[in-house]
Amino acid sequence: MLDYLKLVLLGLIAICAAIAANYAKDLAFNVHMLIIMVTAGGGFLWVLRGIDEPKPAAADTSSYMDGVVRYGVIATAFWGVIGFIAGTFIASQLAFPALNFEWGQPYLNFGRLRPLHTSAVIFAFGGNALIATSFYVVQRTSAARLWGGNLAWFVFWGYNLFIVLAATGYVLGGTQSREYAEPEWYVDLWLTIVWVAYLAVFLGTIIKRKEPHIYVANWFYLAFIVTIAMLHILNNLAIPISLFGSESVRVFAGVQDAMIQWWYGHNAVGFFLTAGFLGMMYYFIPKQAERPVFSYKLSIIHFWALIFLYIWAGPHHLHYTALPDWASTLGMVMSVILWMPSWGGMINGLMTLSGAWDKLRTDPVIRMMVVSVGFYGMSTFEGPMMSIRAVNSLSHYTDWTIGHVHSGALGWNGMITFGALYYLVPALWNKRSLYSLSMVSWHFWLATIGIVLYAASMWVTGIMEGLMWREVDANGFLVNSFADTVAAKFPMYVVRALGGVLYVTGAIIMCVNMWLTITRAESKEDEAASSPAATPAE
Amino acid sequence: MSKKTDANEVPTTGHSWDGIEEYDNPMPRWWLIVFYLCIIWGLGYTVFYPAWPMVNSATSGILGWSTRGQVADEIDAQLTANAAVTEKLATVELASIAENPELNQFAVNSGAAVFRTWCSQCHGSGAAGAVGFPNLLDDSWLWGGSLEEIHYTITNGIRNEVSEDAHYSEMPAFGDILEESEIVQVVNYVMSLSGDPQDAEAAAAGATIFEEQCTACHAEDGTGDKYQGAPNLTDAIWLYGGDYDTLLETVTYSRFGVMPPWKDEVGGRLSEAQVRAVAVYVHQLGGGQ
Repeated sequence: MLDYLKLVLLGLIAICAAIAANYAKDLAFNVHMLIIMVTAGGGFLWVLRGIDEPKPAAADTSSYMDGVVRYGVIATAFWGVIGFIAGTFIASQLAFPALNFEWGQPYLNFGRLRPLHTSAVIFAFGGNALIATSFYVVQRTSAARLWGGNLAWFVFWGYNLFIVLAATGYVLGGTQSREYAEPEWYVDLWLTIVWVAYLAVFLGTIIKRKEPHIYVANWFYLAFIVTIAMLHILNNLAIPISLFGSESVRVFAGVQDAMIQWWYGHNAVGFFLTAGFLGMMYYFIPKQAERPVFSYKLSIIHFWALIFLYIWAGPHHLHYTALPDWASTLGMVMSVILWMPSWGGMINGLMTLSGAWDKLRTDPVIRMMVVSVGFYGMSTFEGPMMSIRAVNSLSHYTDWTIGHVHSGALGWNGMITFGALYYLVPALWNKRSLYSLSMVSWHFWLATIGIVLYAASMWVTGIMEGLMWREVDANGFLVNSFADTVAAKFPMYVVRALGGVLYVTGAIIMCVNMWLTITRAESKEDEAASSPAATPAE
Repeated sequence: MSKKTDANEVPTTGHSWDGIEEYDNPMPRWWLIVFYLCIIWGLGYTVFYPAWPMVNSATSGILGWSTRGQVADEIDAQLTANAAVTEKLATVELASIAENPELNQFAVNSGAAVFRTWCSQCHGSGAAGAVGFPNLLDDSWLWGGSLEEIHYTITNGIRNEVSEDAHYSEMPAFGDILEESEIVQVVNYVMSLSGDPQDAEAAAAGATIFEEQCTACHAEDGTGDKYQGAPNLTDAIWLYGGDYDTLLETVTYSRFGVMPPWKDEVGGRLSEAQVRAVAVYVHQLGGGQ
């Protein structure tokens, strides 16, 4: 019966998409409707072929649901490489504008590829990493199989469809022009559906857990899922101009609109890139180090302080603008108070390793996780500092911001994800160990040197740029033109692109290592380990 | 550091998830102290600066500080410091500025800053121009290169619909007037004025056409007319390019370069002192007459 319902639904979607594609008012909408038509049509055929087949024996519901996590791990690595290559390419475009090829206009110019890069690394790489690890972690720490049966598969495929729609939309010119919220209204609606399903799977699993308490990693994952839902919906409230086009009109206007956008934008950092990844850290660091978490009290206090404070910090993106001063002050003050709650996570991560520091010498995966937490601490100090109005008047609109973001994104988010992937691949494919630890070491050093080149060059160029902009002579007249500052940045742009090349190279080595681990590494003999029973820990 | 080794002896909370346990360590004291200090500082800051939203407005802070006030103060300080010399720059005889070294230096510095902000987008930050935007460093001037003429051009601009006194002239698109073969001939003739034509025979034939069609503006000898903004065609300096293909395009479709007026009274954004400063700056770049 359910299959017939699916058939009707998929068929209807395919037909509606075909009609919408026919009436499409713009290229992005047209291509998107064709993608949806093909996807729904493919799903229709797939369900149809299996409709009278005898059902395979019901999956063993006592074991963990790891298939979807395996797909998530592969998607994370795949999108990571795509996102890093896009980033390195646009960094090169800034250094060498001729790379905005004439033949590729307007599709391959910097303006269209930049959101492709940011969305690919944040939402495709980071998002898949968060979904995959949260599905893995919540099962292990709840001793329960994922709730909702195949709903977890819907979340995975639905989320990746969202990514394809977002990425193709940018290249074809469909964008709301809101940073980190560029996808158009119908893509936003689709993500809302997927996200509610994600919340249901995650919360359902926690509710049916067999452990008496909820593990700290799950607090962070849950905070991330709930808050992102709220932010996503509020920042994308828009009225479509036509049901057959991608354009829409915002319900907010002026400075209120800007405030909503940066309330969203900063908490995409706070809840997507911080809270979610802290969840990852709280599981994989104790696991890899085989040590207890340093302090339960610290984890409670820093969790609630972080959740309470982050949501206020958005206005620091709008210092010295039309935003009223009081809002700007509150954003700045809350950002500074946020410093210690952020560092609570770093302390808990690093101190968990006390008593296991020797592993830094022997285990490159631990090394990656430690460097990741180090970069987390560094950027969560830098962030509050940059939110101070006086500092911000120098740093705002300069490359310093770009350097800050990337020390967090490449250092913290990238490295902790690599660490988690290196932990997960042998665990999920039932292998004794990774194929090659020396490849992990290579990845570690390439990535670390890449980040240092990137962040250092952007700090230098950002501060130089800020100083050049404000430089005045004795009579108070500006000394430099904007073009002078652009010309002065060229060498640093080359260094930055070089850092990107190193980082991509490391990620490709990781993919090769993952592939070789899956295909060639020695399997664990213990068959039971492949489908571990969901039993509470002692 | 003894605490660290002791950490192994601290009891755990007794919870365990998938083999992960938690120590019952207290929060690090320094962490807690810095956290409290940040909170105290933060609350204090909101007393001094605008911070808490109320029903109709927000608290303004006991320092009375605001971002708009800060910017206004900084601008006022500069304006006050420069008030006397600015007033002088705006009112003295234009030609007399150069006689007063102090005033001249002020005009050049201030003109350079205005130029970098408003003019460099088209003319380049070094004023060397670009295709379609004149080089201001050489001594070739479309509308005249004396200080007064430069001042007039900056004030009113060129071929815009904002200032009534903007320079205006329009070259016809000869594609509508001449045969294609005639255009080829006249292009070759124009090339011969400052160098070698592509085709000497065509150039000779082009001389007659030039005399009939072009001399009204560009003068009989091709040296142009600054009252009509007609470029000198003999000096090998080209606004859009002097190669055969570009000239063919120029003659066939004509050109219509535009510059906005800058003086505030005629719809621009600069004061008289600023317009004069830019004029002085551009005039002393090398080509001023």
